[in-house]
Formats: sequence, structure tokens, C-alpha cells
Amino acid sequence: MEFFIVQLLNGISYGLLLFMLSSGLTLVFSLMGVLNFAHASFYMLGAYFAYQVSTYIGFYPALVIAPLLVGGIGMLVERYGLRKVHRYGHVAELLFTFGLAYLIDEAVHLVWGRAAVEYRIPPSLEGPLFMVFTSQYPIYRGFMMLVSMAMLVSIWLMLTRTRIGLVIQAALTHPQTVEALGHNVPRVFMLVFGGGAALAGLAGVIGGNAFVTEPGMAAAVGPIIFVVVVVGGMGSLAGAFVASLLIGCLQTFSVGLDWKFAGLFARFGWTVTPETPFATLWNITLAQAAPVLPYLLMVLILIFRPRGLLGTRDG
Amino acid sequence: MNRKFVRAAAVGAATALLALGAQAQTIKVAYIDPLSGPFANTGAQGLAEFQFYAEWLNSHGGVLGKKLEIVPFDNKVSPQESLSQLKRVEDEGIRYITQGNSSAVGLALSDAVTKYNERNPGKEIVYLNYAAVDPALTNEKCSFWHFRFDANSDMKMEALTAVMAKNKNIHKVYLIDQDYSFGHAVADAAVEMLKRKRPDVQIVGNEFHPIGKVKDFAPYVAKIKAAGADTVITGNWGNDMSLLVKAGREAGLNVDWYTYYAGGLGTPTAMGESAAGHVKIVAEYHSNVANNKAAAWDAAYRKQAPKGNPDFYYLRGKIMFDMLVAAMKKANSDDPKKVAYALEGMKMQGDLGELEMRKTDHQLIQPLYVFTLQKSAAHGGPKEAKIDMEGSGLAPVTDARIEPYVTVTPTSCQMKRP
Repeated sequence: MEFFIVQLLNGISYGLLLFMLSSGLTLVFSLMGVLNFAHASFYMLGAYFAYQVSTYIGFYPALVIAPLLVGGIGMLVERYGLRKVHRYGHVAELLFTFGLAYLIDEAVHLVWGRAAVEYRIPPSLEGPLFMVFTSQYPIYRGFMMLVSMAMLVSIWLMLTRTRIGLVIQAALTHPQTVEALGHNVPRVFMLVFGGGAALAGLAGVIGGNAFVTEPGMAAAVGPIIFVVVVVGGMGSLAGAFVASLLIGCLQTFSVGLDWKFAGLFARFGWTVTPETPFATLWNITLAQAAPVLPYLLMVLILIFRPRGLLGTRDG
Repeated sequence: MNRKFVRAAAVGAATALLALGAQAQTIKVAYIDPLSGPFANTGAQGLAEFQFYAEWLNSHGGVLGKKLEIVPFDNKVSPQESLSQLKRVEDEGIRYITQGNSSAVGLALSDAVTKYNERNPGKEIVYLNYAAVDPALTNEKCSFWHFRFDANSDMKMEALTAVMAKNKNIHKVYLIDQDYSFGHAVADAAVEMLKRKRPDVQIVGNEFHPIGKVKDFAPYVAKIKAAGADTVITGNWGNDMSLLVKAGREAGLNVDWYTYYAGGLGTPTAMGESAAGHVKIVAEYHSNVANNKAAAWDAAYRKQAPKGNPDFYYLRGKIMFDMLVAAMKKANSDDPKKVAYALEGMKMQGDLGELEMRKTDHQLIQPLYVFTLQKSAAHGGPKEAKIDMEGSGLAPVTDARIEPYVTVTPTSCQMKRP
């Protein structure tokens, strides 16, 4: 029981971090139709900016300043890069963001070096939050959950309850009409792209010190956030939320389980010996396979439900 | 104008000649290790220490009148990448390589070097291994061109289990290792040796996780806790080590850690003082060993160390270059083949005891230490905990010095000599 609750909490907090990462990606995709390959790089930038800012004025200001900086960079990228490329179609946009990811990677190498930087959790957020029977649950994980829930609620409120949110939604499907009504559609797109980048930046601020801030961190999360977006349904914010929690829990729980095919076969009275064909395959435990499970899920979703869990358009 | 040009050309030619002369006067050692990616910090440590050695040697006249130069090559801990870096090494005519991080890389390099040397007599390359500890490298996959200066993982496990055998508080042991050749070697050795030395101890988990990929170790920690372990043995290194203990600390996991590599490279910093008394390490050196004849060297390194790598970590790196230099002097040549013959079977009085490069398998036999991280003397710890690690307030204190005869393991190597 204790094990189950702890793993559930771990899974949820990891899932919420994934959501913070992928929400920006799916938002930009749903509103602009741009699949942003540089999204994970914005995550990395967020972590590095937060590190830099926190060395001068502490973690809490960094929590605000770093995402704003990343958002600003995102807007500049949209205004002076993406907007020009936009007229050449989606392939050009895709290639543009692909190249941008490499540029950001190299820039990080040049500025901060190739080793991990000393970006730490502030002392006020260290220590246990509460006990689950005999296990501690760290404050910082609670903080991670809090920030991402706050983010989810505010995005949702902004999109559905505010004027700008309505304009954004309208600009998606009927840009000409919105423009005719006197709204500046290119500026809306710029704000959306910047906002998406800022969300990734915020995830970086939170994830960078929970794990490690190093130049490989973008490459490490890049593939998994695409899995989240595909499983949840391209462009669906709610889908991304469900998929993040699903994948977070899937990975955490599978780590805890030592099931293997050999055990399953044994139930049917067939023992796997080292001489059995593919014996190593049958003896791989679920825990060992945990890292590939999300990708397996993505493949299955693409085969059986290409639009994703909560997506509205077909792949 | 014309005159100026002639003068410039003359200066240019002279510099070129000088450079050419300098080239012939240097012995280059290619350092093939991760200098970017998740293990960049680990790679930077070795490079800083080896370059320190080269500077010291060169300021004391070099070897055979030549200077030693360490040339870095970034392999991103990938065997594939290492082989293409080895191609560059071959093209640049460098005759010595050194590598340590990841036995998967070590096995690939040893194999490639052996094949290259067969095809290119007279251009041989010697591979000096300072940390890849998969036993296979000096057993079934041994090569005449490979020399290992670190104790292999079986020898280290002999040392760790020798200490564990005496600790009656150990009842349930959990094994967690990286999922590749080295991690499996650690786990297999632990299972086999615990059965032999402490048959009463129960192994409650034998876990493998992907190397360098896991960011969140919390689920693994929950599993260790659920298994009821009081002791964890791990061969993890780099970020995999520091993230694991960091997650353990956050979840309040109360176990003793028996490790290979918790002694540096960010891990003491990540653990913090709460780890004091709970983390044990096996290695050939730490800064607070008794009768430390390497103390002056250690202090000199610290004085000029780069910011990210403040501690002196690889005494075996110093041993490696001491032996290489001695072998070159003995062979009176820097020709790799002659040096390799001089190196095998070499005996030397090291800073902490007798050293022998065993002739049968090219495995260095040396004394080892098992030590615990304690609060440093400055933080109210025992007085022998003088020098702390990375300024973390944690300092190594010896539990036991393990003499070579305890850890020497037989070898199945059938050495083919050219």
C-alpha cells in the first residue's frame, strides 16, 4: 500500500512535469499549426536562465524572470524567423525549428560549457513535505505539482474566459475574419509562440534543479514530449494533460514491477531455459523495459487511434 | 614592401620548422573520453589531472628528452563515436591512447586497436585503460596492447565484500546497476561473493536501469524501500550515481550505500551532509589515507584545479603515467611495441605500496581502500577526516586497507604476443 501510494505520487509529479513541457508544444501546434522541434531547447534555456538568475538574486525571482526571458526569445524567433518562413509552408517551418534546436544547443555549449551546472533546489524548498507511512515525500515535488496545476488552470481560464483567449481561438480557424474585425493576427501568433516558449521555460526552471541542468537535457526530453502530444492528440490541451499523467504513471509503475514473459509462460506450464529461443527477450523484466514503454504506447495509439486520446482531427 | 614580405616569409618558415621540430619532440597521448553530454564532468576530471601530470613532467625535463602532450578527443561515451575518434588518432599518427569511462567503450577500443595493430605493423597503438573495469578486458577479451591500471570490478567487489563480511548489521542487500556490461559484471560478482562470504545475507533486489537515461530515480528508490533493504550495492557512476543518492535522500531512504564511484564528480555535493556515515566507497586512493606519500601531489593539483573538478581523484592516473615513463626509459624508446614489452610484468614502488603490472593479463595489482564518507573535521567529524570532497563537508575516512593478495583474482587470459 505504501509502495503504491508513493509510486502514484511519483508518477503524478513526473507526469505533471511532462505536462508543463508538452502543453506549450501542443498549444503552439493547435493555434499555429507549427510543430516546434526547438521546444525542448526552450526548456533547456529556461533551466540555464534560472540558474544564472538564481546565482545573482535567488530562486524565486528566477521563477518569474527566466520564463519571461525565454518567452521573449520565443517572440523574437517568431517575429524575425518563423513569420518569414511561414509563407513557404509547413515543411519549411519544421526545418526551421529543427535547425533552431541545434543553434540553441551550440549556444548553450558556448556560454555555459559542456558540464552540468550547479543549479540547486533552494534551501526553503528542501526537506520532507509529509510522510506516507514511513516514506518522506519531498517538498519540492509538491511544489512542482502546485506550479503545474496553477499553470494548467490559468491557461484554461485565459483561453476560455478572456478576450485575448477568444481572439486566439478565433484566429485559429478564421484568421481573415478576425483580421477584418481589426485584430492584429500576426501579433496574436507572436504572443502564442512566445507564450508556448515561456511555458517550456517554466518547466525548465522547475525541472532543471529537480534533476540535472546540463547541455544534454534538451535531447533527453525531446522525444518524450512528442510522445505525450501524439498520445494525447495533436493540439489538444486536455489530451496532453491526460497523456502526461498516463505516461508518468506508466513509467513509474513499470519500474516497480518485475514481471516478465518467462513468468507468464510459467503459468501455462512452459519454463524458459537458457536454451529456449530468444531466452534473453523473455527474461527482460518490465522494469528494464520501462524506458521504451511510452514509445510502444505511441506506436499503438498511431495504429489504433491516430487522432490520439482526445484529439479531434485524424493524424 | 618586398623586403617586408621576404622577412615575413622567413619568419613564417622558421616558425613552421620549429613547429615541425616540436612535433618530433613530443609524445602524444590521445585522451578519448566524454567531454560533452551527461558524463562530460567525469571526462573533464581525468583530462585535468592528466594534463597536470604532463605539465609537471615537462617542467622536469620530460621523458627521453621529449615532451608529453595529452590530446583530448570527445567520444560522448559512445562506442561508435569512440571508433571514429580512434580513426582520427590513427590519421594524426598518435601512438598512445587512454580511456576510462564505460567498459562498452573500452571493449570496442581494445578490439579495434588490436585489429589495427595486426594490419599495420610498425604503427602500433597502445591502449592505457585507467577506469574501464569490466573483467572481460583482462580475461576472455584480453589483448597484448591493452593495459589496465584500475582494479577490475571483481577485485573491487572482493574488497567491498571483505568489509561487508565483518558487518553484522547487514541483512538485506539491494543491487542496482546500469544496464550494460559493467553493471552486469558488478551485479554478478556481488551475488557470487556474498553467497561465498555471507551466506546469511539475503539479496532482495537485482535491478538494472538504462545508463545515462534516467532523470527521475524516485520510483527506483520507492522500490528499494519496499524491498526492505538495509544496504544497497551499486556500480553507478556520473549523474546516475548522484541522481540515485539524491533521490534516496529526498525520500528519506535509510540505507548504507556500498559504491564504486560515490567519491567524486558531483556525488558528494549532491548527497549533502545527511549522507555522513552511510556511504562507503572502494578505490585505490582518497585524500585522507594514512602515510599518504601522494599528499604533496594531491595538494599541488588542488592548488591549480579547474573550478568544476576541485579534488584529486585518479591516483591510478599518476601511477599509469609513472609506469609509462618508466617503461619508456627502460626500453630507451617511445616505440609502442617496445614500451608494451617493457610495461608488462613491471614492478614499481608506488606512493601507497607495491605495484605490479601482471604479465599474464596486463592487470595492475595494487592495494585498495574501502572508506566511508564522514563529516569533515571542520564540521565536527573525526580528526582524520581532514580534507573534504568538493567542499561538501563530507570527507573520506579509511575503514580498511585491502592488500593485493585479498583482491587478486585468477585470469583466463591467453595472451597473444606479436
